[in-house]
Amino acid sequence: MSEMKNNWNVIPEFHPEFDLERCDYENGCRECTKECSFGEIALKPVKGKDGVLRYRPWANLSSCNACQRCVKMCPQKAIHIVHNPMYTSHRYWTAEHVGNIWRQARTEGGVLLVGSGATGPQRRYFDHIMFDACQVTNPSIDPLREPMEIRRYLGRKADHYGDEVGPQLQLDVPIMFGAMSFGALNLRVHEAEAIATKAVGTFWNTGEGGFHEKLRSYGANTIVQVASGRFGVSEDYLKSAAAVEIKIGQGAKPGIGGHLPGEKVSEAVSKTRMIPMGSDALSPAPHHDIYSIEDLRQLIYAIKETTEYKVPVSVKISAVHNVAPIVSGVARAGADIIAIDGFRGGTGATPLQIRQNTGIPVELAVSAADARLKDEGIRDRVSLVASGGIQSSSDVLKAICLGADAVYVATPVLIALGCNMCQRCFTGKCPYGITTNRPGLAERIDVTRAAAALNNLLHAWAEEIKELMGSMGISAIEALRGNRGRLRGVGLNEEELRILGIKHAGA
Amino acid sequence: MCGIVGIINTDGTLIDGSYIKEAIRIQRDRGNGLGGGFAVYGAYPENKDKYAFHIMYEGDRNSPVIAKVEGYLRTKTNIYQSEQIPVYPNKRIARGPFMKRYFLKPIEEYMAPEQTEEDFIMEVVMHINGMDDVFVVSSGKNIGVFKGMGYPEDIGDYFRIEDYKGYMWTAHNRFPTNTPGWWGGAHPFTILDKAVVHNGEITSYGTNVRWLEMYGYYCLLQTDTEVISYIYDKLTRRDGLTEEDACCVMAPPLWEEIDRTGDEKRRYLRQIYGSAIVNGPFGIVLTHKAGAIVLNDRNKLRPVVCAQAGNTYYASSEECSIRLLSPDVDRIWSPRGGEPVILHLSEEGNRKVDS
Repeated sequence: MSEMKNNWNVIPEFHPEFDLERCDYENGCRECTKECSFGEIALKPVKGKDGVLRYRPWANLSSCNACQRCVKMCPQKAIHIVHNPMYTSHRYWTAEHVGNIWRQARTEGGVLLVGSGATGPQRRYFDHIMFDACQVTNPSIDPLREPMEIRRYLGRKADHYGDEVGPQLQLDVPIMFGAMSFGALNLRVHEAEAIATKAVGTFWNTGEGGFHEKLRSYGANTIVQVASGRFGVSEDYLKSAAAVEIKIGQGAKPGIGGHLPGEKVSEAVSKTRMIPMGSDALSPAPHHDIYSIEDLRQLIYAIKETTEYKVPVSVKISAVHNVAPIVSGVARAGADIIAIDGFRGGTGATPLQIRQNTGIPVELAVSAADARLKDEGIRDRVSLVASGGIQSSSDVLKAICLGADAVYVATPVLIALGCNMCQRCFTGKCPYGITTNRPGLAERIDVTRAAAALNNLLHAWAEEIKELMGSMGISAIEALRGNRGRLRGVGLNEEELRILGIKHAGA
Repeated sequence: MCGIVGIINTDGTLIDGSYIKEAIRIQRDRGNGLGGGFAVYGAYPENKDKYAFHIMYEGDRNSPVIAKVEGYLRTKTNIYQSEQIPVYPNKRIARGPFMKRYFLKPIEEYMAPEQTEEDFIMEVVMHINGMDDVFVVSSGKNIGVFKGMGYPEDIGDYFRIEDYKGYMWTAHNRFPTNTPGWWGGAHPFTILDKAVVHNGEITSYGTNVRWLEMYGYYCLLQTDTEVISYIYDKLTRRDGLTEEDACCVMAPPLWEEIDRTGDEKRRYLRQIYGSAIVNGPFGIVLTHKAGAIVLNDRNKLRPVVCAQAGNTYYASSEECSIRLLSPDVDRIWSPRGGEPVILHLSEEGNRKVDS
């Protein structure tokens, strides 16, 4: 939004303020101007009492995104960010709508673009679901004393006893890192994801931007993606990983393709994606060879043939209205894993209207899909992975109780690496060095420290999940998959309860 | 909390119900009078080739549901004999629901091709349990279940279980906590020849139920215990698992142990039967026509003691029940969590039971 704000005459939504009593500019400190990647902080010459010209920090009032980078990095703690909400006196035409229309009117009809996940007021069902706990009639289990198992296997299980199981992914924690491409992210972030998932025993997902040669040794913990742009896809690529995921859609932009601006296509990105440097990487909205379910089946089996049936094939779809029958169809088309991405899912760039208005919450989607597969007697033919807006370990466990086998998280990965949710991912100016390949910015990620942060996050969530399980008297997480009896809804209506398959609290 | 007792004579010797009634009586503290029951194997030798249905009807002998159920049964099965189950109201249990037993066989032409007789009977049971005001207490050949609201010894008097003889008996004293106390909610729970008495609470119930529903087992009795008999039936009868493997599914070894021992069979079982795991505290005695299984949850959160005296094996929540019947047992031990005790009739026993 900020780039466009230059063109219209309002006070910017955010700007930094400098406490010059604390600021060390007199001694030549210019840390904040170096840290700000959006060009908000300039230097202004001021003449001191001694007559010497010095440079003090100065807010341009043009492009602050409240990323808080300057605040965090200022050695003197002399900066804070001021929020200047624009107000209208009209209750229906709020500042958001007025602002959006102004922007579009003055920018030659541009589509409003944003990063990250949906911010709308739709209900977050996770917050209306409570866990059960043991009292008196059965003992809770202390995870510090008793073994507590959270391992999951993803992949097709046998339909009948004696049938072979399909290739499996062994997850020592039921959490994987969701797809974020090289190009959207930089190689350092991918490397940190790879190191952490290998250490913890789970998986990360390359997204659609190819799999950098440097990281191929982490293939056993990597899921590679085949999306509509087919970037970086080759036989080697498909064979380099523990699983292959066909991306049909993602929660932040169901039915929409991807767009990596040419500014982000550096030499390394161009090589890995197999496209010319500096060219926009456009993923078409549909796969041009998938116009129906039978086409998807052909692609699934083309990949299985290529990988000699040694790795599971996952299909990732956005959570949309008809998710349950779609999931059933995808399961019957041969997918071993189906990832359902709810509308809260994040992204590097998406049209605002799509992000805010398309798709459905993952809680409802997973529950409906799980129920449909069960009703059709094919629940164990496929594993379900839930994603899109999972914010904490309790969300993970609630998703599992609603029928997921495991979850993907991606925004929490970025946050663990410092992201402050300023939503400017698509600009390539990420001040934390996460969603950028610019020299000088990308180096802000220290791979070792980043990997340690992700490792910590996975361990922390795993411990919390064990605590929650212990309080419910559960010692093996498979005993919770789809176990809606251990959930109750608070403040949900009958239809919501029916779809979630849970009772209201008190019942 | 609940109390359970199981007695099996592996040589097939029949004993009457007075023994187990005494054994469960001294565990009175483990129940609260809201449920007691008995299962007896070998009860109907003269009709052992037919399915013995014990059916409980809410209301009295004029209840309209009886005609409805019997009408349904006649469309599916040949009823060779039907009678009221004799009851003996006493001071503590003055009245109960109307109960009948039927000896029947499926009408073959109504069975689907490829459908086994047991699956057909199971469908009939599930259908009746889905109706209002009626449910099937037991449905196996040569077995009978007698249960109701009250302390087990009083239920025993109500049905005068000393009049029945069997080579295997189980008893249950209920202290319901998470589901209502009612006649149908008392243990044992049965499907075909499988019966379960259970002390504990199944925290995995929701997961188990959903899995069972995929295979036509519907849990309609408002209690968690029935899932165990259904899971066991599905695993052993439908899928052909051994008893050991079925126990391994319900109380699986830790992944860590599977990794260490490299036991790929167990990994396979745990992978494909993840939703059949039984979590939460439990001690169970699971009986079928040819033997019994005693199983604890992996953490051993409920007491179970086993003992042997000659050809007689006992399992009980408390040692006192065993000592009462057999003060000088040859062997007495407490099985470890998750490690099943699997008992079979001897060859002689099988001969005797089959003859």
